[in-house]
Amino acid sequence: MSRGRPYVRPLDLKRGCVDLSHGAGGRAMQQLIDELFVPAFAGGTAVARGDDGAVLPELAYGERAVIATDSHVVSPLFFPGGDIGSLSVHGTVNDLAMMGARPLYLSAGFVLEEGFGLGELARIVASMGRAARAAGVQIVTGDTKVVEQGKGDGVFITTTGFGALPAGRALSGAHARPGDRILLSGSIGDHGMAIMSLRESLAFETEIVSDSAALHDLVAALLAAVPSSSELADPARGLRLLRDPTRGGLASTLNEIALQSGVGIELDETAIPVRPQVAAACEFLGLDPLYVANEGKLVAVCAAADTDRALAALRAHPLGADAAIIGEITDDPQHFVQMRTGFGGRRNVDWLSGEQLPRIC
Amino acid sequence: MKFVDEFRDGRLAQTIARAIAAEATPDRRYAFMEFCGGHTHAISRYGVADLLPPQVRMIHGPGCPVCVLPIGRIDQAIHLALQRGVILCTYGDTLRVPASDGLSLLKAKARGADIRMVYSAADALALAQAEPQREVVFFAIGFETTTPPTALVLQQARRLDLRNFSVLCCHVLTPSAIGNILESPEVRELGTVPIDGFVGPAHVSTVIGSRPYEHFAEEYRKPVVIAGFEPLDVMQAILMLVRQVNDGRCEVENEFSRAVCRDGNLKAQQRVSEVFELRKSFEWRGLGVVPYSALRIREAYAEWDAERRYVLDYRGVPDHKACECGAILRGVKKPTDCKLFATVCTPENPMGSCMVSSEGGCAAHYTYGRHRERAA
Repeated sequence: MSRGRPYVRPLDLKRGCVDLSHGAGGRAMQQLIDELFVPAFAGGTAVARGDDGAVLPELAYGERAVIATDSHVVSPLFFPGGDIGSLSVHGTVNDLAMMGARPLYLSAGFVLEEGFGLGELARIVASMGRAARAAGVQIVTGDTKVVEQGKGDGVFITTTGFGALPAGRALSGAHARPGDRILLSGSIGDHGMAIMSLRESLAFETEIVSDSAALHDLVAALLAAVPSSSELADPARGLRLLRDPTRGGLASTLNEIALQSGVGIELDETAIPVRPQVAAACEFLGLDPLYVANEGKLVAVCAAADTDRALAALRAHPLGADAAIIGEITDDPQHFVQMRTGFGGRRNVDWLSGEQLPRIC
Repeated sequence: MKFVDEFRDGRLAQTIARAIAAEATPDRRYAFMEFCGGHTHAISRYGVADLLPPQVRMIHGPGCPVCVLPIGRIDQAIHLALQRGVILCTYGDTLRVPASDGLSLLKAKARGADIRMVYSAADALALAQAEPQREVVFFAIGFETTTPPTALVLQQARRLDLRNFSVLCCHVLTPSAIGNILESPEVRELGTVPIDGFVGPAHVSTVIGSRPYEHFAEEYRKPVVIAGFEPLDVMQAILMLVRQVNDGRCEVENEFSRAVCRDGNLKAQQRVSEVFELRKSFEWRGLGVVPYSALRIREAYAEWDAERRYVLDYRGVPDHKACECGAILRGVKKPTDCKLFATVCTPENPMGSCMVSSEGGCAAHYTYGRHRERAA
């Protein structure tokens, strides 16, 4: 790694911190890449390093390339269930997975703040590497910039993902049709409340852990059981779309789907899984779990005929053990998302308005 | 969730709904005002209106602390944060209330003002201790529920001799608002607002007790049922109001007996009277200038009173001409009667204060109840 590049002494991961030279393009930056990033992201095979970009191998015949990007500014950087490193991998891997693509490669852009501890950076980068290996994706190219103290907040990470979409597969937020069923892979609000419990102005003690996870394997299992409608070439069958309800929560994701597909949505409140700790914390803070962020959950819309098959496939996977059918797509020119409340009434479930919690991911 | 789910039980709700439907006379109209924003929110969020027969109608009252805050008070807070360079702390919903010049506290923050959202008055005090070189002002709003904590931090600040902390006091009083509505021409003479009874405040009553409402029941012949903020509380209170109306009774009844007693929290009342005194007059959004309807900080705490310390003058600012918040807060109009509702006034871009807080009548209807218009 550092062979041929003589550094006087190795990076001081105990007491050292990021300084402006680490982003200046000189030897200090090269040392950071060689000693900190490259070993953490090792494990790649096909991609040569050291060039300005990565040349990727050809895709299989008929496959199309899918690209997705996501910036991460979460605060705090470390939280129960993950950190900004693993989150930056999961976020982008999930965006690819929701398209039905097999995630393959990531790029990683770092904006570091002067004074940020090299030890903490090493922890974040190691966690990123672990998450990438676990998800079977390679981090093949990257960039590092440093901003003066006070101009950033430790570290911001942007990842761009590149995946392969099998021939014939098509999933889109525009594909939902009246009569389709809506499935949710598990409980909502875990990530948002885990972050919230650590915020200095709130700080409450809880055992809530972020659900941050890569969902491509769960998606693969689901698609194996219920391929997309276009693959089946039958409009009455198959999977229509996948979405991960991150910022804005389940409510915002469902409103996006309703608008994109030009349909309405009807939910059953009692069917939506919420962990008791999350429900209690939301109650305490006056939040609605429908609007709280998730980082390891998906919403699937499928033709009614395939509902049971899809539910069984989700539940058979550890990340979908608590999956549930939460509602259905309706015909509605106003594209309302409505909910039958557990209390016996009805209500609209509107878009999130304003900012519930800044810098959640 | 223990102690919460019990009060949201759908089966029990059906039982009460059946009782209301059976007991409410079909050819009579029952109009009840829920005073508090907490009730407005519960009614909208849980779909309580769907469980009521057509002859029973709920009218949103003015009990949303953010909604009744006039533009002039927000302007004072913005002035402190932008021009005087203080750290201004306040409760979350207050940040989005529209003020003069297209500003709000949130927009002032984007322009560089140091504005912090806090969950309690104690957080603001702690911030002043943590940042002794900065001046910290707590923008204190709300009814009697939030008043005792403000009294407490003022006493603490004096005890600690904390000189970089002060309070911009905008605390208002519930009985004054109810009295103002009952005295308004719409209710008294014109009969445009037929109020048959009140769902009385929950949290406010834990502090002031149920006694202050006895006057309204007697003097104005209006039944009051104090109710908790859970949807079953509201349903039960509506049933109790229907029974009072049917029996021709005008009493103060207490559905929320698990938390409210007749005298309220005497200790809290004591603290409040040590620190605050009545203001001669205070401008409310919607209700206008109401005499003796708000609190100011006593002379003994003048040092910690932001109005005195920064020599703030109050300048009233009229609401947007087409905004019906005033009439909506008095129960004269429904949100959908306002031309601005859901056209230019939305939760993302509120023109009037009722669209700001989730407890505001307009925001609650916009967020939870728009499907109803279609059905109607």
